[in-house]
Amino acid sequence: MILTLAFRNLFHDRIRLVVTLVGILFSIVLVAVQLGLYLGSSRMITSNIDHTDAELWITTFGAKSFEDGGLLLKSAERHQALATPGVAKVVPLVVSFAEWRKPSGGSTRVVVVGSDPEDGGFEPWGFRNGTWEDVKSPEGVAIDKSYLRELDVTGIGDSAQVGEGRVRVKALTEGIRSFTQSPYVYTTLARARHLLGLDVVAGDATSFFLVKLAPGADLETVRNNLKSRLESAEVLTRDEFRDRSLTTWLFKTGAGVALIGGAFLGLLVGTVIVAQTLYSSTKDHLNEFATLRALGSSSGYIHKVILGQAGLSAVIGYVLGMAIALAVVFASRDTPLPLVMTPWLAVVLFAVTLFMCAISALSAIMKVTKIDPAMVFNR
Amino acid sequence: MTGEAVLEAIDVVKELGSGAGKITALKGVSMTLKAGELTLLMGPSGSGKTTLLSILGCIMTPTSGMIRVAGNDTEGQTPEQLARIRRDHIGYIFQSYNLFPTLSALENVRIALDVRGKKGFKAAARAEECLREVGLGHRLKNHPANMSGGEQQRVAVARAIATSPSVILADEPTAALDTTNGQQVMELLARIAKEQNRSVLVVTHDPRTKPYADRTVYIEDGQIVREERRPEGLDAPEIADLTKRRKVHG
Repeated sequence: MILTLAFRNLFHDRIRLVVTLVGILFSIVLVAVQLGLYLGSSRMITSNIDHTDAELWITTFGAKSFEDGGLLLKSAERHQALATPGVAKVVPLVVSFAEWRKPSGGSTRVVVVGSDPEDGGFEPWGFRNGTWEDVKSPEGVAIDKSYLRELDVTGIGDSAQVGEGRVRVKALTEGIRSFTQSPYVYTTLARARHLLGLDVVAGDATSFFLVKLAPGADLETVRNNLKSRLESAEVLTRDEFRDRSLTTWLFKTGAGVALIGGAFLGLLVGTVIVAQTLYSSTKDHLNEFATLRALGSSSGYIHKVILGQAGLSAVIGYVLGMAIALAVVFASRDTPLPLVMTPWLAVVLFAVTLFMCAISALSAIMKVTKIDPAMVFNR
Repeated sequence: MTGEAVLEAIDVVKELGSGAGKITALKGVSMTLKAGELTLLMGPSGSGKTTLLSILGCIMTPTSGMIRVAGNDTEGQTPEQLARIRRDHIGYIFQSYNLFPTLSALENVRIALDVRGKKGFKAAARAEECLREVGLGHRLKNHPANMSGGEQQRVAVARAIATSPSVILADEPTAALDTTNGQQVMELLARIAKEQNRSVLVVTHDPRTKPYADRTVYIEDGQIVREERRPEGLDAPEIADLTKRRKVHG
């Protein structure tokens, strides 16, 4: 009967129900969009790091992110690392900004990523046209198809000038976006060094060394050994480097704070709207609650009715809100900043909605707690 | 069981308001309600009828004095404990019926059972049984808005008896009803008192209800001033009939 009464109270005043649902819906969509953007951004920031199988990353001191590795590491560090017990492989990875000169004039900044996947380091993923084998052919690079227009190319076979050399699009990936909005240009290690002009002055310059451990080696021991040997470099676990990249782009730039702040505001507005409508609904049904109290109901019973109303509002609002949020996610899939919706986020959003509605019910519960059952005689 | 005291008020004083506005609504009221008996509490407006009803029904607490419900002393009980006493021993009928407008007649009765933790099929069956008992077996699915005042009050009676309380307290149950419906409700209450051996207290200033009472208690200025008992050997319908005939013959 608790749910029946809650349901009837809720649907008794359709206009108020609509206002409540709009409040929840607005809140859900806003929170979903903000958190979806946050997740989408996080994925963009860490996708390259996540697609390596290295346990440890050797970076220059203070490297803030994947794009900020610099080119200060040399072969000497690699050899020192290789000589460390427990290290199986040390694979160089070059990452640096460069100018992409568009075929029809003008230029745009890109991030050149050079690696040799055969050595077990890093390999681009999501190939839609062409393969890494094609990239290895002369002048070969791989770019994401979502950046074709920005790079002023139409597809496989088109060429452009990057830094010091000429490149030709040999493969296209799908779904590799850049948070910095500078498209990634994947190529071999040697070609990357050539494009960045390193082959002339510092042929062995590297941004990162990706360390694969020997079977059975202890991560912390190897890491400490590497730290003591590599005085001019940092040794980070993959998760540490991932977190550092996220912190740099999302929190030091303020982007993440803005997204989380937006989500919080959405939550706040939703809470206020739902609280207001639940409170006024409770006020309208005060005599009924007083009657329940006079009939001997515990205050817990009445609280459950109000929480039932809040819960039902949450479920209906969530379903409608998620439908809209999923439509927005679908519409954003080809934009430079696609929203992400995961099952985990959907569960979190549901929990947030329930929490928001439960908090909203507090004012109504406080009102009803003070109810005097004697008011049933004054009607 | 008949004649057993189920609700006692002993020297109850109730002060309302504070400071200069403080009034003493009840000035040492004592009364006992017995099983199987319909008692009327009559008195002019402001005499303290409703205050006494509220205190007897454990909705208000007395400033001093004692209330004992089915042997339970209510002194010092918390609001939740008083609610439990109401839940276990008292059924209420209100002047304005106080039905839930969004619930059907059956659901309005079921909710009283639900409050007491009685749920499911058995509760639905019991609610239906009570509604049939008050003559509303054909209106189970109807909402209050689609029922007459008399029918609504009968739903309220069904709600009050559904939980088999020891005491039924009715606040002006006929005030909003026409003569026919008022008589039907009073007949129902008198029957419940007798057949179900419950104590029924009806607060009223409607003289038409007098024939149904086993006992009438008069209250004025917060004090019980007089008490009348129905002559032995006459039951409520007979008295009602007698009263009607007297009116017809002038």
